[in-house]
Amino acid sequence: MHNSQAVVAEQFDDRTQQHEAASLGMWIFLATEIMFFGGLFTGYTIYRNLYTAAFETGSHLLNAKIGALNTAILIGSSLTMALAVHSAQTGKRAKLIFFIISTMCLGAAFLLIKFFLEWTHDYAEGTVPGLHFTYAGPHASHVAMFMCFYFIMTGVHALHMIAGEGVLTVLLIMAWRGRFNEERYNAIEMMGLYWHFVDIVWIFLFPLLYLLGARF
Amino acid sequence: MSEHIAPLKIYFSVFLALMALTILTWQVAYIDLGPWNTVVALLIAVCKASLVAMFFMHLRWSASVMRLVLFAAVFWLSILITLTVGDIFTRHALPQPHSWHAAAFVANTSAARRQ
Repeated sequence: MHNSQAVVAEQFDDRTQQHEAASLGMWIFLATEIMFFGGLFTGYTIYRNLYTAAFETGSHLLNAKIGALNTAILIGSSLTMALAVHSAQTGKRAKLIFFIISTMCLGAAFLLIKFFLEWTHDYAEGTVPGLHFTYAGPHASHVAMFMCFYFIMTGVHALHMIAGEGVLTVLLIMAWRGRFNEERYNAIEMMGLYWHFVDIVWIFLFPLLYLLGARF
Repeated sequence: MSEHIAPLKIYFSVFLALMALTILTWQVAYIDLGPWNTVVALLIAVCKASLVAMFFMHLRWSASVMRLVLFAAVFWLSILITLTVGDIFTRHALPQPHSWHAAAFVANTSAARRQ
């Protein structure tokens, strides 16, 4: 039974058990990811409460409009990812390929906006601690700390998206070669779980980083 | 029996709800509610995250062990945040025991003198 084309691997009784094992493994991985981002969110919570005014000033330096636009793009990519999983479950190869490509394009749009609109702009404005930081208003050193949180948290999030784009590329090639059907789509669904998780992280990053200082 | 396949309509409804909540949280941020801005922003974020987890991530139809893993992760995260925040922000409220403070002070100053 060393046939890579077998729908149910030999250690599993049936497809349901195989599917639940894969899902459980992915959810446990996501639990470790929650703890990973949780450390950053804990640090953010503490320093934001210690230096509230500086964090609000730093947040005000960010562009909430671009943040909102990127949130919408990412939610859109989550929809196309969910539709990709649905296409895989119903065995529609052309739709699956279309929705994987859509998800990759929306993810790429998010990353391009982040790198070339936001970070380049931040650099020009002089709000990048360590590289180019010229902000000299009140609480400058604590504003720098906020910007560190901003760059590390959005940077690690972007890194997760780049990793996701890589896996999506592999899945796209596999889908192209017809490796998925109504009975074989676990890989697509697990990728979906990961992609939606990255979306959830952004759902928290957006208000905490961009909207904190919007009202001032 | 195999996994549940959700009707497409649900995905589009969830997408529209997420978009509406994004616009809501974005616009509310421009209204000054004092400390309530953060509360509202976090409540909306939790609603959005729950929608994504329940429907996009199929938690609504998954075996309950998946929900248990998510609950465990969120519970552990709440321990991390509660205890760390609780420690940092009560250091001034609760004075250091006098004897401990004195011992640490002596140790520090004698170490400094040796250098």
